[in-house]
Amino acid sequence: MATQGIAAEPARPAGRAGRRSFAWVGTLPFFAYVGLLLILPTAIVVWGGISNGHGLDLGNLKILWDANVRTSFLHSVELSSITALVGAVLGAILAYAVASGNPDGLIRRTFLAGGGVLAQFGGVTLAFAFTAAIGPTSGFLFHASWFYKFPIGIGLIYIYFQVPLMLLVFLPAIVGMKREWREATESLGGSTWDYWRLVGGRLLLPAFLGATLLLFANALAAYATIQAWENQIPYVVPQMISNSITSEVGLASTNAAQALALGMVVLVAIVMTLYVLLQRRTSRWLQ
Amino acid sequence: MASVITPADAMERGAVGRVARMPRGGIYGRRRRRLQVFRVIVLTLFAAFFIIPLYAMVAFSFQGSTPGTHTLSAWTSIISYPGLLGAIEITLELAVITSVVMLALLLPTMIWVRLRVPRLRRVIEFLCLLPLTIPAIVLVVGLAPIYRQIRIHISLSALMLFGVYVILALPYAYRSLASGLEAIDARTLAEAARSLGASWFTVIARVIVPNLWQAVLNATLLTVALVLGEFTIASLLLYTNMQVALYDISRASLNAGVLFATSSAALLFAFILLMILSYVGRRRERRRGAAA
Repeated sequence: MATQGIAAEPARPAGRAGRRSFAWVGTLPFFAYVGLLLILPTAIVVWGGISNGHGLDLGNLKILWDANVRTSFLHSVELSSITALVGAVLGAILAYAVASGNPDGLIRRTFLAGGGVLAQFGGVTLAFAFTAAIGPTSGFLFHASWFYKFPIGIGLIYIYFQVPLMLLVFLPAIVGMKREWREATESLGGSTWDYWRLVGGRLLLPAFLGATLLLFANALAAYATIQAWENQIPYVVPQMISNSITSEVGLASTNAAQALALGMVVLVAIVMTLYVLLQRRTSRWLQ
Repeated sequence: MASVITPADAMERGAVGRVARMPRGGIYGRRRRRLQVFRVIVLTLFAAFFIIPLYAMVAFSFQGSTPGTHTLSAWTSIISYPGLLGAIEITLELAVITSVVMLALLLPTMIWVRLRVPRLRRVIEFLCLLPLTIPAIVLVVGLAPIYRQIRIHISLSALMLFGVYVILALPYAYRSLASGLEAIDARTLAEAARSLGASWFTVIARVIVPNLWQAVLNATLLTVALVLGEFTIASLLLYTNMQVALYDISRASLNAGVLFATSSAALLFAFILLMILSYVGRRRERRRGAAA
């Protein structure tokens, strides 16, 4: 590394260092694109949530205290926390089983590729798969009368994509565990149980909690799967938002959508801040 | 699937997993057997959990009109079902356009930043990973007025969705390309080329990018998989892509075999893409391992 640094230095003409560099101009297309299609929409949501077209107006946010809206936020948090917890525990067990095998083997490859599809790119098709398998009238395996019950029916489908996501997120932490920790525990007379309780478990805990938060945020943001499962009753916040966009497009409903979206942004921001804090703690031990 | 899990798999050469590294005999032998049993049971159960709904969907798509008979009619009607083939076409075209625009935007920027403006690296990384934390539904709420403004002046075809899809693909593409750039010494390559009189364009297009093809392939595969599965944004901006068309079919009749046939095909296609990706990644790691 050091030799590279030395070799790199003389290549830069001495006079240039003093002059102003305009190299940053090359990044302008990227910033313009991201500014227009990512930052601007987010700004529109935030500003739209707290303004009325003339100026600052917190009146829109009153909608967050509406009974239906409050229920949808409660539903969202309920569904997300249940599926995040169950998904995290199951996914961690699966990650441990996958990690203990050959890192280059077909099994890990298949689980990771399949996990990637189910966790990130499933969309509405996951709901259809469960309808085909256990739908109340059409189930191929059996007819589940509880299929359209909230949160149990949709919760099962959410766990179907939360477990693979946990596998993808948590596997690096498990792989990062060092054999020496186990040996050190044993040389001090510790049992397997002692190891997991006092060493392995404690070192993995921040990574586990961080991954659980990520799963929570993931379920919170999910819209396609629950909409394909049941589109008559808007159970969760994303469905409330989509209803207020697609119903009569008036200014009032646009503002309602923006206020709801702002509520989601705040919720996700809190979760992600906690996640980043935990992530810092994790990276100290598990590289 | 479960039957392919054998102890031999875990003990294969080059394995660095716990099972493989444990010495035989004594306390380690017992622990290894216990771990092996745990592994087989856990992987079998999870494989069953993941496969059963997919199996049901595929089996359903082959089911004939009377129970016990099989037919291909659901699969052949993918072509004839009104609107479906057009929507699939749009999705595939979107996948291509999104990949091209994503690469054209991100690849030169990332290389340029690495070579010439390293102080902007953190900012670029932050912006690229930001879409992971902003729910798609929130993005739609903010985008709707922008798309509406543009639509007043020109009518936009569904292909214009590529604009947002590039944003959704940024986190995946960034991580693939960043790990590719980590693996090569871009600075030295660039300085060698520059000292031989190459222009900056030549440096990027003919020196750096050819060394990154695996990362480029990874970024493209992930982008394609993402576009294949996208529903939220297309549906709320009132465009019909494949997932929206499937959703519409499910609203019309939930038991349509064509629904399950197309859904399984889409998931299988995405799975194949990610499987290819896992093999591309392996070759790079192997080569790096050989160099070290």
